[in-house]
Amino acid sequence: MTHEMIIAGFGGQGVMSLGELLTYAGMHEGKEVSWMPSYGPEMRGGAASCGVIVSDEPVGSPVVTEATAVVVMNLPSLDKFEENVLPGGCLFINSSLIERNSTRTDIKVYRIPANEEAQALGNTRVAGMVILGAVIAVTGVVAIDSIGEIFTKVFGEKRAKLWDINKQALERGYAIAKEMMA
Amino acid sequence: MSKILMKGNEAIAEAAIQAGCRYFFGYPITPQNQIPEYMSRRLPQVGGCFLQAESEVAAINMVYGAGGAGARAMTSSSSPGISLKQEGISYIAGAQVPCVIVNMMRGGPGLGSIQPSQSDYYQATRGGGHGDYRCVVLAPSTVQEAVDMMAEGFDIADQYRIPVILCGDGMLGQMMEPVEMGRYTPRKLPEKTWATTGMGSRKTPNIINSLYIDAAILEQKNAELAAIYDEISANETKWESYRMEDADYMVVAYGTTARIAKSAITKIRAEYGIKVGLLRPMTLWPFPSAAIAEAAAKVKAVLTVEMSTGQMVDDVRLAIAGSKPVEFLGRSGGMIPAPREIIDKLVEMAGGKA
Repeated sequence: MTHEMIIAGFGGQGVMSLGELLTYAGMHEGKEVSWMPSYGPEMRGGAASCGVIVSDEPVGSPVVTEATAVVVMNLPSLDKFEENVLPGGCLFINSSLIERNSTRTDIKVYRIPANEEAQALGNTRVAGMVILGAVIAVTGVVAIDSIGEIFTKVFGEKRAKLWDINKQALERGYAIAKEMMA
Repeated sequence: MSKILMKGNEAIAEAAIQAGCRYFFGYPITPQNQIPEYMSRRLPQVGGCFLQAESEVAAINMVYGAGGAGARAMTSSSSPGISLKQEGISYIAGAQVPCVIVNMMRGGPGLGSIQPSQSDYYQATRGGGHGDYRCVVLAPSTVQEAVDMMAEGFDIADQYRIPVILCGDGMLGQMMEPVEMGRYTPRKLPEKTWATTGMGSRKTPNIINSLYIDAAILEQKNAELAAIYDEISANETKWESYRMEDADYMVVAYGTTARIAKSAITKIRAEYGIKVGLLRPMTLWPFPSAAIAEAAAKVKAVLTVEMSTGQMVDDVRLAIAGSKPVEFLGRSGGMIPAPREIIDKLVEMAGGKA
């Protein structure tokens, strides 16, 4: 099984870190992984994205163009990456910030109100974790427990105390997606 | 040792330190800035020296000096910066000073773009600077391979007293992959009896120089260098052969483009049943001409894929010497070929389904 994902949003929404969490978690589980950021001249508030591959096979191209799952945290990202979802693949839309729905009919779309859910937990900055929980629930790319096991590898020991709220956000997203799938 | 997740640039820097590199001279340029950044933090911890020079020209000449004194020294840059270093590289080659130069290639010519490219192939493999010289050119396609090649690169440089260029691109520098340090077993190397370390008990001074004003003596020097280059060609040529056993078509690609080709090969075999393999040069100089010629004899046609408008394809054509058709697919300017483009081209070459 090969998961090829694109995670995209505004600079500052934590999309690079989300990708790193998935990559670390995949490596932690003994899978082959790669993480490839978009880099280049970009204005503040512009689009940031990364490609993450978690696979049982050695990773070929680290650039994801035919994605099994795409996460979009803002509208420009939906406009840009909607077409990259493989038929039958998954698209996760942050419905708190994106009003329009996907025009694709050959993919599964999950609209997750990530910012509202994060706000309800007391910190909008964990919106990405809500979406990540949903991604894990739907795709099974990694085990949800793996995220906790590698959290400080991405964010450092100093942020270990932030795991609690991140864990809540992750589990909330996971539960929302499971409900949608039921 | 366990695997850690590292950015290509950072992994290259750490590998250099673990290979004994203690001197880094450089000047910032995207997309390789994590190398000097990492070096500036790590080298003082191991008693080394990180120096941000006033220019690329200064940096390569500092490498010339440190390497001449027998130290393991390196510089890194990206395409426009590497152009500025060419004069120094020519002097280093002439003076036979070992060193490692990292080029994380970006789109050109001129200032170009900051996105991945492979358009410095000619520059790296044909000398780049003036005079009759070669650099050993290593082309890793994964972060792990970059780590292994960095360690071996310093050994090759010392063994043959030659500048070694590690040619990656922005993609390899920016991506993260699991790596394991210290996989490479160091070679047994001769003492650097030629290094300028002070007279000590020696009777004659060691001099590092590339000036041979007498034409006959310079010709002799050129012949000595040519003999070393022949020895390197015989001993150090490396390539990977991937799914070539039953292949009807051969892709030749190096670096990150080769891994994109591997993705395409997996898909085209599954979707179309067209049997495609890959021959991946791991050294761009010396170039694996014999391996390519031998592999080409068993296939119907060859496709060279590069992030350029066609540079390595010349060497592929020279190797095959017209015995099989050689097609070319290239993206340039910092654009990256998608596996699908390679598949479409191969399907066209195969005339549809196999």
